[in-house]
Amino acid sequence: MTAITERLAIGAPLNRRDGPQKVTGTAHYAYEHRFDNPLYLFPVQSEVARGRVTRIDASAAEALPGVKAVLTHDNAPRLADTSDRELAVLQTGDVAFRGQYVAAVIAETLETARYAASLVRVSYDEQPHDVELHANRADLYAPEIVNAGYPTDTEEGDFDRELATAAVTLDKTYTTPMEHHNPMEPHTTVALWEAGDLTLYESTQGPHWTRGTLAQVLGLDQDRVRIIAPYVGGGFGSKTVHANTVLAALAARAVQGSPVKFALTRQQMFSGVGYRTPTIQRIRLGADHDGRLTATCHDVIAQTAKTKEFAEQAAVPTRTMYATQSRRTTHRLAALDVPVPTWMRAPGDAPGMFALESAMDEMAISCGLDPVEFRIRNEPEIDGETGLPYSSRNLVACLLEGARRFGWAGREARASNRTEGHWLLGTGVASSTFPVVRFAGSVARISYAGTGRYVVEIDATDIGTGTWTALAQIAADAMETRAEDIDLRIGDTALPEASVAGGSSGITSWGTAIFEAARVFRDRHGYSPADGDQAEATARDNPDADSYAMHAFGACFAEARVDADTGEVRIPRMTGVFAAGKIINPKAARSQIIGGMTMGLGMAVHEESRVDPRFGHVLNHDFASYHVPANADAGQFDIAWIDEEDPHVNPMGSKGIGEIGIVGTAAAIANAVYHATGVRVRDLPITPAKLLR
Amino acid sequence: MKPFRYERAEDISGAVATLARERTGEFLAGGTNLVDLMKLEVMQPDVLVDVRRLTSAEIEDLPDGWLRIGAAVTNSELAADLRIRSRYPVLSQAVLSGASGQLRNLATTGGNLLQRTRCAYFYDTTTPCNKREPGTGCSALEGCNADHAILGASEHCVATHPSDMAVAMTALDAKVRIQGPGGDREIPITELHRLPGEEPDRDTTLEHAELITAVDLPPMRFSASSRYRKVRERASYAFALVSVAAALEVRDGMVSDVRIALGGVAHKPWRARKAEDALRGRPATEDSFRGAAQAELAAAVPLGENAYKVPLAANVITRILLDLSEAR
Repeated sequence: MTAITERLAIGAPLNRRDGPQKVTGTAHYAYEHRFDNPLYLFPVQSEVARGRVTRIDASAAEALPGVKAVLTHDNAPRLADTSDRELAVLQTGDVAFRGQYVAAVIAETLETARYAASLVRVSYDEQPHDVELHANRADLYAPEIVNAGYPTDTEEGDFDRELATAAVTLDKTYTTPMEHHNPMEPHTTVALWEAGDLTLYESTQGPHWTRGTLAQVLGLDQDRVRIIAPYVGGGFGSKTVHANTVLAALAARAVQGSPVKFALTRQQMFSGVGYRTPTIQRIRLGADHDGRLTATCHDVIAQTAKTKEFAEQAAVPTRTMYATQSRRTTHRLAALDVPVPTWMRAPGDAPGMFALESAMDEMAISCGLDPVEFRIRNEPEIDGETGLPYSSRNLVACLLEGARRFGWAGREARASNRTEGHWLLGTGVASSTFPVVRFAGSVARISYAGTGRYVVEIDATDIGTGTWTALAQIAADAMETRAEDIDLRIGDTALPEASVAGGSSGITSWGTAIFEAARVFRDRHGYSPADGDQAEATARDNPDADSYAMHAFGACFAEARVDADTGEVRIPRMTGVFAAGKIINPKAARSQIIGGMTMGLGMAVHEESRVDPRFGHVLNHDFASYHVPANADAGQFDIAWIDEEDPHVNPMGSKGIGEIGIVGTAAAIANAVYHATGVRVRDLPITPAKLLR
Repeated sequence: MKPFRYERAEDISGAVATLARERTGEFLAGGTNLVDLMKLEVMQPDVLVDVRRLTSAEIEDLPDGWLRIGAAVTNSELAADLRIRSRYPVLSQAVLSGASGQLRNLATTGGNLLQRTRCAYFYDTTTPCNKREPGTGCSALEGCNADHAILGASEHCVATHPSDMAVAMTALDAKVRIQGPGGDREIPITELHRLPGEEPDRDTTLEHAELITAVDLPPMRFSASSRYRKVRERASYAFALVSVAAALEVRDGMVSDVRIALGGVAHKPWRARKAEDALRGRPATEDSFRGAAQAELAAAVPLGENAYKVPLAANVITRILLDLSEAR
């Protein structure tokens, strides 16, 4: 048996198991774990973007009652491995970006620590810095590979020749700004170093990952490190291991025996825990008279840090989305004096599909085709990236069902044709995609607890997605029992190892491990187990991975209203239809998609981290000035699923849904704004200033 | 946050006297802006004198049709008051367009008037700012200034005043009552806030230890025909890119009287007297409205990123006057 045969709990819209705890405040997030006499950490951040610390005068801070220690690069404990320069905290006086930790105060209260940190005087040998990304930089370089292991450049057919002879062509450049994740719960650690053992209550997307990284950096055996993370208040890719966690561990080591609490302020969230790189994307398309693509080129320029490379794979979705006679994709980077960029919800796909799907809208218009029809006309037989058939691909079904639900039929193609008072009205569509990712190596353990109850243990994390509930549903069907008979334990490295909650891989990776463990359990113990009977199994790589290309697809439709006098954009409704295999829990999945689409709305019209190049840090580093959608911005969401059976992706038949919701949203909104106004905004976010003429 | 002393007094005179004795210090009311600024160490007063319970929290009718709003009246109470909603709808709308429900429940009338600018450089103590640290320079002048002033700025400061409420009060010819060490005084609200000039660290004309005790609204025969329009790229909980408070009286197709004030364009709520003068006695038409807006904005000096505010303000002035003329 390689799949769950009878899916009864899977597919049920169960309420969240952790709902009552969360709404009553009894679900303890990292900072809320209680300790007697904890200490508090507050960092001192560099006020230059490049240079070297020449002197630190901590005397005023140290003299403050309640201050236990001031850590600097002179006195901080040494790390065992500083090869990852992002994590080499307080090891040298070198400053690689503005906002880097250059010291930290440990004190008896948060207020004391924070005030003392402001009294630490740091002198720098400041050097000129370079923080501006431009398309015409002379130092752009091709990374060896891009994020998630994809090739940097690809070439199919003769793009130059096809473009030169195409009946219809497009050559446009689209840009996306720096964006920050901003989960509600900031990055938080409570670190306790006691008798050589390090325990962290941590807000993390991957306890085992965090343990492995910290053990290496600190030079500890993995079994001396424990990470506990039962509840995590959002991550979006930012909650892996960054300098803040290492700093907390160093502080705990410096004051052994006392727990040290460290929660970033919202302002600190804008330096040092990652961000989505700004991108500059040139798209060139060529099509024949029938609107079939003959030439496709996607050239991406992004930034990375001089200290560590992160290469956003923004052109990768273009390799799989549409059929084309020829295709070229490239990625180039500029290494700057900036914090290290990282994964942010749908890395690559979110910025890349804004560019591609905006260009597809422009090209449909040039070809005289409806944007839905234009996409359907370019539906591929096989995956262009791998040359493999798709395990399942239902983009066309998503587009058609979305068009039906949204009321797309009869849409006037001409832009700026519909008004309501001084509102200009328009509609737009864009496709979405996200790969099916599985990380091998997750281990699940299932034990019989008597009276029909099973304990399922795996170090998975719930970063707000619904893991607590969804894994219980998978375990129930794998064990052929009821979800309420499953006692799930997650979020602790004392449990069997599990992969990170990232890449929309969690349910696939952890669910597969649970399925395997259930199979072993039933093989070994049958259906009438004795108390304490136990089985454990590891999820391996997907044996079908070399035979099929595996992706989820979707279509996003948006209605835009633009105030003709002010350029204000409002989005009263969106429809999202997704083909993502079997949906484990439709209620949680709907929430996920609404969250993703709302984040896409923010990407479209709000979010932009503003860096003043003279200083080098993000200026709008709070929620008053870095805008994300408010409730009043989120209109009606119509979410639907294409019933999709995919026997190849995993035993549940599911595809990840954590990220795909954001992917097509920004382009759908940009296309709707164009349809409303006749103004094509190719540079996100779409602000009134860009629409007022 | 720098440690500070917290003081209470029996009455307003006591509070004024307490603060007058201190070299630096602030009155504390709702604290929705001040406490944030203290956490960020943008403001570091040695002492806070709590006046929350000292000034009036009532809105009272005065003889001759005036309305007195006590300084401790919360934004929520002000916006909900039936007299305000019916006689001065522009004020209720302005208040409701600001902040969030939670903040409006806490923020007071006096405190709202004394909000500090939302210039990001002012808020970031690692960058130069003449308002926060006189003499260090204005970072916004050549920096990120999409939100900044187009009218009345100086080379020392291009910040804007963030209040919505104050813009409406400016259109309504409100008077601000003040009690200080030298006694009581009353000034037109247009004389409360300052343009930056060479002293951008001074937001207002208040002297040390002077306390706003109330705001008086005069009767205005056409203030029921008033409204507030706030432009923001986020539908809620955002400061104005540009806002307009206006009241309009039209007789026989001609503008007989008008009040216009702008927010988000200057260091103070901007009373658009040039536009008003250009409109009185003119036909109530779109052409007149747009011409008046352009008359006001002729003096605009856009910065690198905020030129969009000039057509935006002109459009919104035109639109709001058109809407008011058509609503009659």
